[in-house]
Amino acid sequence: MINMINLTINNIPVSVEEGTTIIEAARRLSIRIPSLCNHDDLCVSGNCRVCVVEQVGNPTLQAACATPVRENMQILTNSMMVMQARKTIIELLLSEHNADCTKCYKNGNCELQDLSNEYRIGNQVYIDLIPLKHYTIDQSSPSLIKDDSKCIRCQRCVRTCSDLQAVSALSAAYKGSEMKISSFYDRPMHEVICTNCGQCINRCPTGALTERNYIDEVWDAIYDPGKHVVVQTAPAVRVALGEELGYDPGARVTGKLVTALRRLGFDSVLDTDFTADLTIMEEGTELLTRLKKVLVDKDTSMALPMFTSCSPGWIKFIEHTFPDLLPHLSTCKSPQQMFGALAKTYYAQKKGINPKDIVSVSIMPCTAKKFEATRPEMRDSGYQDVDYVLTTRELAIMIKQAGIEFMKLDDEDYDRFMGESSGAGVIFGATGGVMEAALRTAYEIVTGREVPFQNLNITPVRGMEGIKEAEVKIENVKPDWSFLEGVTLRVAIAHGLANAKRLMTAIRDGKVVYHFIEIMACPGGCLGGGGQPIPTNLEIRKKRAEAIYAEDENLPIRKSHENPEIIQIYQEFLGEPLSHTSHELLHTHYVPRKRY
Amino acid sequence: MANTEMLVKELADKYGRNRESLLPILQELIDERRYVNDETMINVARELDLSAAEVYGTASFYSFIETEEVGKYVIRLCKTIVCDMKGKENVLQAIENTLKIKVGQTTADKKFTLKTTNCLGWCHKGPAMLINDEVYTELTPGKAIDIIESYINK
Repeated sequence: MINMINLTINNIPVSVEEGTTIIEAARRLSIRIPSLCNHDDLCVSGNCRVCVVEQVGNPTLQAACATPVRENMQILTNSMMVMQARKTIIELLLSEHNADCTKCYKNGNCELQDLSNEYRIGNQVYIDLIPLKHYTIDQSSPSLIKDDSKCIRCQRCVRTCSDLQAVSALSAAYKGSEMKISSFYDRPMHEVICTNCGQCINRCPTGALTERNYIDEVWDAIYDPGKHVVVQTAPAVRVALGEELGYDPGARVTGKLVTALRRLGFDSVLDTDFTADLTIMEEGTELLTRLKKVLVDKDTSMALPMFTSCSPGWIKFIEHTFPDLLPHLSTCKSPQQMFGALAKTYYAQKKGINPKDIVSVSIMPCTAKKFEATRPEMRDSGYQDVDYVLTTRELAIMIKQAGIEFMKLDDEDYDRFMGESSGAGVIFGATGGVMEAALRTAYEIVTGREVPFQNLNITPVRGMEGIKEAEVKIENVKPDWSFLEGVTLRVAIAHGLANAKRLMTAIRDGKVVYHFIEIMACPGGCLGGGGQPIPTNLEIRKKRAEAIYAEDENLPIRKSHENPEIIQIYQEFLGEPLSHTSHELLHTHYVPRKRY
Repeated sequence: MANTEMLVKELADKYGRNRESLLPILQELIDERRYVNDETMINVARELDLSAAEVYGTASFYSFIETEEVGKYVIRLCKTIVCDMKGKENVLQAIENTLKIKVGQTTADKKFTLKTTNCLGWCHKGPAMLINDEVYTELTPGKAIDIIESYINK
């Protein structure tokens, strides 16, 4: 029995469940109480104080985000006292904030700027402390920039890194006026346990944490007549880019995305989904090979369960946190890196272009992909396989810079080849998608029949549950796979590194047994990636996921092994999955890293 | 330094491995080692399944948990307003001249580290300072030099 609490907010009566906070109760009445530290994905902290409200009869103001409602409360969200206090709080925050807004990367997409704008903060009332403190700007990471002069110490990043990701690369250090958000011993971000997932960037209310942007580098490449610039787009970008350009969450803008990229001047507009399909061929075959070695050859050197390896944030996490489990990782490169290796080999050969003249750009929902592209292992083409990685947000900036009226664009289709994709490639962008795509193909390889789920939709692996499990019984197999007859394939899926950590700990302790595990570093999978539009929250992630599955259903080909370009590349170039060429270009290895 | 690893394990056995054991473990490490360095904090983090940044965050919050190497004797001279008005600046200069170091520094023989501190609660007898856990009050430059010299000869 849920206890209902009656109160009034701005003299409007409302009845809400016990435990609801004032800020949530106000939202039911369409009253927005501003906050810079509160976030739907995170626990309550009450750090910024911007959300203060007046409770009639109480001389002190209350933080609406941290105060639960009580019976007969009378709350005023914009009384004289509240408005004056709130304005003072904003002024105090600004006195410690480098408010050089016109030169800030987050200009126009900053919660503190919006609030200063709403409250028409004028001349500096308090002393500007910025020149008096020694702030550092950490640009050591290829993925992100941490600028302490813009930090208001709301600690959304700290809570994101601990609660959602179980990484805690950032922590509040020192105290009082010295307090700051710090890595271990204030070491540069590229030296510490940071996975580059960018979830902190997605939640930072100011410009203190931003992606390292490569917009100018990409423009330079496009303007260079000697360069052939190819671009690939990750599956999750097409269901989120619209949010930056006038659409509501959940809009599918694939065709307009392609048109816009062409108008920006890319020489060839291709699709990461193609190499997502290729990943399924390689990873699915790798899984079946591992199963055979363990079940038939009794090879104890082969590690099961096998873990997916598409998510570079997850890869760096396991390298730091569970180095003993590295043999479980699939050796497959991520689709981005498979694409990069092929762009400067297969694609270059087919097009007759010298690979040194190719600039390979990728549009990703992800900041960890920026780091991944710079890994020393990712140069199998003889060059850096992927030259520049842009987030969904950076692409939106370029589209705006180019004066493209995105919503009015016609839909166009990807270039060929390496532009064809199946529905299986598209769902890589959602948690459970890699698993679903792999099952659609592996089951059919083994049995010759489609997976026994209606319309190929393997619903048990879908959804926003932190850790999902599923079982698929394999029966009536083809002769080559007789060792799998009657085997129940046990799989699990985790998204968000805190869930990944729970799953890994259970596996290491021997509490659970699986054959195959999919991990994506970000909540919701890539569609909730650190490079996606701000804000991102559960409701928005669900809408993007619906869009991804709709995209899948609408494609004529829904299984990776039926993608004609995949069939073609094996015939012309790779031979077969796990071939010598595949191993050279499409597979990689991992390195154990330090624990801080 | 397998030594550190063993010491941290012993302390975790003694105080437990919950989040709230962090502070007593750090405090005892300070008693044993005078300061905690990066290696020690990484060991504590591993033992308590915390991140090293969290251990550093907690350690750096507390003035008496040193995260950089300090000398055998840590001098903490009160810098707050009453001691300041009672002549703390002259005392500080006398100590600096005697030890040939500035605030924040450690002598070459690693015997002394000189720091300033917030209020020690001895306003009525300022200027005041601490040397490790010992309080000295109503300091004058001469008195401070005598005290320091007694430690030099220890």
